[in-house]
Formats: sequence, structure tokens, C-alpha cells
Amino acid sequence: MSFVSSVFSSVGATIAQAAPDQFGEFVRPNIDWFAISPELVLLAVGALLTIVDIMLLERGKALAPSLAGLGLLAPLVPITLLALDDAGTRTFFKGAAGGAYVVDDYSLVLKAMFLLGAYIVVLISTNDIAEGDYWESEYYSMLVASVLGMVMMSSARDLISVFVALELLSIPAYMLAAWKKRDARSHEAGMKYYLMGVFASAILLYGMSILFGLTGSTVLTEIAASDAVATNTPLMTLAVVFIVVGFGFKVSAVPFHTWAPDTYQGAPLPITAFLAVSSKAAGFVGLMTMIFVGLLGQADAWEPLLWVLAAATMTVGNLIALRQTNVVRLLAYSGVAQAGFMLAPFAVGGTNPGDAVEAIVVYLLIYTAMNLGAFAVVITLARKTGSAELSSLGGGFQYAPGLTVALTIFMFALAGIPPLGGWFAKFEVFRVVVADQSLGAIALAVIMALNSVIALYYYARIASQAWFNDAPDGDNSPVPVPPSLRSAVFICAVLTVLFGVLPQTVGRFGELAGNIAGI
Amino acid sequence: MENEFLTDWGLTLLVFAPLIGAAIMAAIPRESEGSHKMVALATTLVTAAIGIWLFVDFDYDRAGDLQFVQDRSWIDLIDSRYIVGLDGLSLPLIALTLFIVPLVIIYSWNHIPEPGNPKAFLMLILILHTGMLGSFVAQDLILFFVFFEVVLLPMYFMIGVWGGPERQYASIKFFLYTLFGSALMIISFLALYFLSDTGLVPAALAETTTLGEHTFDMRALPAAVSGIASGTALWIFGGMFMGFGIKVPMFPFHTWLPDAHTQAPTQGSVILAAVLLKLGTYGFVRIAIPILPGAAMSWAPWIGGLAVIGIIYGALGCLAQTDMKRLIAFSSVAHMGYVMLGIATLTELGINAAVFGMVAHGLITGMLFFVAGSIKERYHTLEIRRLGGLLKQAPKMGWILGMCTMASLGLPGLAGFWGEFPAIMSAYNPAEGLNVELFRFYMVVAALGTVLAAGYLLWLYQRTTFGTPSEEFEDDPNIHDLGGPEMVAWVPILIAIVLFGVLPGLILDVTDPAISGLLAASLGG
Repeated sequence: MSFVSSVFSSVGATIAQAAPDQFGEFVRPNIDWFAISPELVLLAVGALLTIVDIMLLERGKALAPSLAGLGLLAPLVPITLLALDDAGTRTFFKGAAGGAYVVDDYSLVLKAMFLLGAYIVVLISTNDIAEGDYWESEYYSMLVASVLGMVMMSSARDLISVFVALELLSIPAYMLAAWKKRDARSHEAGMKYYLMGVFASAILLYGMSILFGLTGSTVLTEIAASDAVATNTPLMTLAVVFIVVGFGFKVSAVPFHTWAPDTYQGAPLPITAFLAVSSKAAGFVGLMTMIFVGLLGQADAWEPLLWVLAAATMTVGNLIALRQTNVVRLLAYSGVAQAGFMLAPFAVGGTNPGDAVEAIVVYLLIYTAMNLGAFAVVITLARKTGSAELSSLGGGFQYAPGLTVALTIFMFALAGIPPLGGWFAKFEVFRVVVADQSLGAIALAVIMALNSVIALYYYARIASQAWFNDAPDGDNSPVPVPPSLRSAVFICAVLTVLFGVLPQTVGRFGELAGNIAGI
Repeated sequence: MENEFLTDWGLTLLVFAPLIGAAIMAAIPRESEGSHKMVALATTLVTAAIGIWLFVDFDYDRAGDLQFVQDRSWIDLIDSRYIVGLDGLSLPLIALTLFIVPLVIIYSWNHIPEPGNPKAFLMLILILHTGMLGSFVAQDLILFFVFFEVVLLPMYFMIGVWGGPERQYASIKFFLYTLFGSALMIISFLALYFLSDTGLVPAALAETTTLGEHTFDMRALPAAVSGIASGTALWIFGGMFMGFGIKVPMFPFHTWLPDAHTQAPTQGSVILAAVLLKLGTYGFVRIAIPILPGAAMSWAPWIGGLAVIGIIYGALGCLAQTDMKRLIAFSSVAHMGYVMLGIATLTELGINAAVFGMVAHGLITGMLFFVAGSIKERYHTLEIRRLGGLLKQAPKMGWILGMCTMASLGLPGLAGFWGEFPAIMSAYNPAEGLNVELFRFYMVVAALGTVLAAGYLLWLYQRTTFGTPSEEFEDDPNIHDLGGPEMVAWVPILIAIVLFGVLPGLILDVTDPAISGLLAASLGG
């Protein structure tokens, strides 16, 4: 119900705003239905979930998770076909230079990442949501709507389509964060997230409006080609700062990260995973598109800004993470620190944007696998212990050796220890930063090196709890692992190890994404 | 080199065979402890057999060249390739690894430390095995880095789960120190990559492999980075110095070592002393010096200086210790000082001595840790002042400890002598361009260090084995002489210590061509 109307209005807005002739008679733009078929499939899945809920009522609940899971995998078929298609980049609403909505390799790789990530989220949600007596069908429709926003974000190349995609992915997430209806913490989580998110949107919108005023266009490639972007004016700098800050909230960059720990701790754990991974990744995708496609000419303005943000984000995130005793809060702060690493390529991205995009996309792909895996293990262990305190992990190695090994894989992958996936993500960032060879870049590389060491301390602390200590209450009975959680852990672990041992598998996708249309 | 299978697959099989064993063990339930021990032992023996097969097929007349080279694509995105090869420099270290690990597993037969679980314990040793073998054959910086780091996790868990009372502190300290070094090292590797120009690589090599614009190929890098500014090279060498120097460990980065050694289970200490420390010194000889010989020249006096400080500091540290295992750990700092001094001279003699020293130290100190572990098992303490009269209570063990202390202090006729003496001698005449007076001063200090070494080792021996047992252990039924697995694990090491002491040529003949080749290519002879 709400799903269909909200989605239709936002897709409609995207299509309508870019009508070719703004002042003449409306001419229906020529739409390449094949290119937007992934979005259309998702839209259909969302509608189907709503209809099933209305038609079958209680009986429909049991269907919802499988329907949502399969529905999220279905768009991978058109995505694969589009990727194999040789027609090259498909552009919608073409302007003087480029268009407002673009389907290129970059967007296809990211769309696949968002869909697979969301599939894992559905797997880890299944039991939690069913057992928690929550609104089930609505939960999955909201999730699908949010994923649709992310998928659109991958293709958005226009101020308005970027903004619409951002809102479409955020608004359902605000509600999902408050989904535990009888838990005040969850309400706090949703409220905090909502207020901060709206505030960030306002700042972003203000930056965009200045940008539109200066350049006279909403299409990013036209903005890039305009004279205003090539000249340094105070107003232009202001626009850049506002746009970076707006996305800074979304990716929880320091000092705009304060909502993250409370929201993560209060929200249902699968939604925490969704926010920490997919939603953050979507923020990065939006930032990449805006910065590299639209504002490349303003590199002098955003490079130093993002240098400071990157260094501050990784350092502050790590130092606060050191003091956490709750695993979910710890993962929240560690996610802040990880975001700092993903921001680092921006700080040197002005000279070679393709390489920076490649590094960030590789990081996002690996981060999705390892961080979702980490959450999947924590959720599984929390089913037994009923707590997410660090000390509750004790004894894991005795009663759940398999899960403990998986937890170890994910933690040390996040820490960047070869041969687990995370090392290549960090390596790619190091590579791009060191390639710049300026003094600032080398300094950033050294800061990153020091932060890797700090991060290892708390990641090792989580893993070592399960290995070195005994169960707090001496209860060594095995953990029941539902099949959906088992497959989520398994898929993530296999991908994490595969990405680490054969990095070319993930590097190839990063390389494809580096050919982002328009730069 | 006729055997096609070995050329195509030998080294890969060697490196990954332990992992196959670990995978088999993963499938066996935890309760059947006997079969875990069998599988682990069989795996290491098969791995050793593959190694021996390679050694037999190895062309010793061309020991300076890389043999059994495999060059396959791995991460095209960053021009990193899967390149492995065996030459006279890696061969002794591979042999040492293949020799020590099965003995460690035999020793584990009835010595699984608390809290048990041989399945996990032995699987970690096998993963460690792959990491160590891989590091010694990798010929690509990134591949080397990955293997270099693979050893961290198993060792971390070995210390942390099966270690002594301070195990958590010791394990994380070990991990953080090493990671700090390797994080700076990877920045250096990247800088080398970006400054490399594959146009400078000799055609003979470039034709046999695939080179991008830049490269991580260790064989190509010395030529490819020959054009970089000397100031930049100094910084890059500094990063690698941190990575390898912490691993060695050199003074002042050695502080993780006594903690790690003291807290690690016996098997962990043995592997750590015998093989892991060598990864650092091997890195200097294989990577840092050949690739950046100019920077090595500038750094050599400082490395030499830190090495002799390490020798004296380690020795003084030994004299102050009250715990036997901690004492042996400090003696490692001193011994690795000799190895680093040999390397710092940048001469053929010095580096040959260093490689010999690595093998000798691996055998001798590994053996000392074995004995210490067995003493701990019997007396439940390693407090030197409470021990005594070992020769009376367990005469065979007492004699073995005596032989090891003699070997460790560098008695001629045992392996330790050939690591120490030539290293000191090489400092008399360092490579051309180095400050001769300074290195002769280092030589004098290092020679004094041997006197101290004799002092602390003999004193240790006297206090622990002579005299009569203290009252508390006089009638302890737990104290008995060597058991079966101990005998089987130790005798081969003792034989090797004597063999290499009498016939040092067994190692030096293999290493010399490789080292003179490396030096000729980088330092011009």
C-alpha cells in the first residue's frame, strides 16, 4: 500500500523531472525498458509482497521472507544480461553532455552488490523477525523499498535523482530502525536516526541548490562541464562542503557519526547490519557519484576536506571502539573506522578518479561480505546468550567451534590480516593513496598503517573472547543455528576467504566499476 | 630439472600440502585424538618427502639460480603474480622448516598443553607450516606479504589458548608488534611498486614472465628500481627495516619476544625460535638488500650498531633472568644480533654466516626450548633457583641440556660455532664503502658478547643441572628421564647439530652461490 504509492511517486519524479524540453509541450521520453528492468523487477516484488499480505493475511507471513529473498535475487538476471550485453553505457534523459540516469558497468556492479547484501540481510532477518512478533510483511516490503533506493542510487547521475534515491533508501530505514515496537531503545534508535537523517538531507539539499544556482543544471556531467565548477568561488566551496557534509552523515564520518552507535544498538540486529553495510555503502555510492562525476573540477576544495574527514573518522572511530564492551556498539564504531578507510581514496581522488573509484568499490564489496558475516555470527550467538555483551562470547570455541572459526575469519578480515578478504580492501586503499606520492598522501598512509594496528587490538579482543575464555555461566550446550543463518554465515565466510586468497575475483569488479561513465 | 611434474607443481604442492592435511583433520570429529595426531604427522612427513624429492632434483651446480619456478597470474589488477622458486638461499631454511615441524608434532604426541584439544592445536601448526614454507619460496612481494602474515594468526591462537598465565597479554603484544612492522612494510612495498620501471628489467627475465608497467616481482625489482633517488630509497628501506627488524627481533623492538616465548606452549616456542624469527632475517637478505643496495649501504652501520647492542643487551638480559625460558628468549635476541651483524657487513662471508647462523640458531634454540618445556612438565616451574640436580634425577636430559648450552655458546665442532665465528670475522672486513673502523669496533663488542654468552649459559647449566635436587623435588615421582616421543623428536636435532658443526660445508656450499649471486647483482661483487 504505502510501498507502492511511495515508490511510484519517486520513480515518477525521477522520470518527470528530466523531461527533455522543459518549456515546450510534454513529449514522452524514449525509455529503454531493458536497462531499467532490474528496478522494475524490484518494484514488482515490492508490490507482490504487499498484495500477498493483503490477500493471504496471516498465512502470507510465512511466505514473506522467502518471497523477499527470491525477489531480491531475481533482478540479478536482468543485471547479468545487461552486463553481458555489448551495447555499452545506456543513458536516460540525455542532456547536452551525459544524462540523468545511467546504466554502466559501475552501476551494474553496485546494483548486484546491494541486491546480494540485502539477500543476506533477509537471511539473517528470517528467524529474528518471525520470533520477535513484529510486522513481518511490512518489514520485508520496507526492506525491498530501501534496496530499490540503493539500486537507483547506483545509476543516479543527476542532483534530483541522487536526492530522490537517497530519500527512498532512507525513509524505510528510519521506520525499520524503530521496528521493535515494545522497546524504548528501538524508538530512540529510529528517532535519532530520523532526525539526524533529515537534518543531513536538508544540508545536502541546500548544497545542491547552490550548485544548481551556480551551474544552471541538475545533470552531473553538465555541472562538471560548466565554467562555475572550474573556478574557485566561495559560494562554490560552500556547495561542495555542504554536499560532503550531507553524505558525511549517511556514511557516519566523524564528526557526523554520533547517531550511529545508539541507532545500531537500539535497532533490530538485522537492521543494524543493513544500516552498517548497505545503507553506508549507498552513502558512499552517492558521494562517489557527486564528487567524481559532478565536482571533479573542485578537487582543490574537497581533497583537503576529505583528507581531514578520513583521518579523523578512522582515528576517532578506532579510539572509541577500543573502549566498548558491547559487541554491537563495538561493531558500530569499528564501522565508523572502516568508513574512514573508504574515505581515504577521496583525499587523493582528484588526479586519478578511476583508481579511487576502483579502490572504494573493492572496499565496499569486501566490506559487505565480511561485515554482514560478522553480524550474522553475532546474531546467531546472541540467540543463545541473549546478550551482545563482549563477555557473553566467552566459551564459544568450546560449544560452537564452527561459529567461532567463522567469527575469527570475519574479525581478522575486518582487521585486514591476510589471507582473509579485508587485506585486499585495505591494500587497494593503500595502493591508491601511496600512488599519489605527495607528502599529504604519504602522511595519510602512515595514519592508516597506525590505525590498522589499533583496530587489530579490538578485533582480536572479540575473537579472543570466544577462544581464550570460558562461558560466563559455564553453560556449554550447543547453539541452535537455524538454516537461514547458517547459510548467511557460510556464504559470507566463503566470499571473505575467496576474496582474500584470489583477490582478482573481486578486483575484476572493481576494475569494471572504475570505468564509471562521465569521468 | 628434468622432472616436469616437479617443475610445474612441486613447490605449490610443497606449500599447500599441510593445508590439505588440515582440511582432512577438519572433517574428523574432535574426539578421535589419535587419528588427528596420525594425520598431522603423516601430513608433515609427506610434505617433508615432497621437499626431499625437490632437494634431490635440485641442481646444486646452479644453486645461485631460482629453480622449479612457477609463474602464474594471480592478481592482474595490481600486477601481482603467483611466483615461487627455490634457490640456495631458501633451500636451507625450507629444509629447517621441514625438519622441525614433524619433530614438533612427534613431541606433541603426549605433550598437548592445557586445555587440550589436539585437533585445533595440530591444525594451527599445519596452517603455520604453509605460511612458513610459502614465505621462503615466494618471489613476489605481495605473495610474500600474504604468507608472512599467514603465520601470525595460528601463532596468536597458539600462545593465547595454550599458553601460560599471562598468555593473553603476550599473544596480543606479539600480534600488534608484528602487524605494526608489516603495515609500514606494505607501504614500502607499494612505494617500490610505483617507483619501479619495468623498462629497466633485463630482457632475459622480461621475456620469461609477464610484466606490467610496474611490478612486485622480486626477481625484476632490483633492476626496475635502480633509478630511484637515494633519499627516497632510504625511506623505503626504513619501512622494510621496521617490518623485518621487528620480526627478527632487533633491539629495541625485541620486547615482544621474551613475553611471547615465555608464555607460548613448548611447541609454539620451538617453532617461533626455530623458524618464525628467520622470516625477518630472510627478508633482509632476500628482499631489502638486493632491491635497495644503496640504501642498505647507508643503513648498514645503524643495523650493525643495533645488532651489537642487541648482542650485549641480550646477554646482560640473560644474566638478570630468573626464569629459564625467559633466559633462552633473551639469548635469542643476542644470537639474532650475530646474524644481523653478519648481514650488516654486506659481505659474502657475513651473509653466508648469517644464513648458517639462522639454521644453527633454529636447531639449537629450538632444542633448548624443547628441553625447557620438558623440565617445566616435570618440575612445574622454570624458576632457576628452585631447579638443580637435573643430572642426578634425569641424567640423559641433563646431558642433552649440556650439549645444547655448549652448542649455543659457540663451541667449535657444534653448529653454533659456524654461525657466530664467521659473523664476527666478517665485521673485520666489511663491504667496500662501509666504515672499517666502526665495524672493527663492532667486531670487538660482538667478541666480548661471546664471553658473556659463555657466562650466562654455563651459569644456567650449573644452577639447573649440577648439585643435588632441592628438597621439594627430591622424591617427586613425576620427575623421570626422557620419554619415547621426546627421544624420537630430539635425537635427530642433536645429530643435525653435530653434523653441521663438523661439516659446515653442507649448508655453506648451497648458500654461497646464491648469496654471491645476489650480492654481485646488487652491490657489484
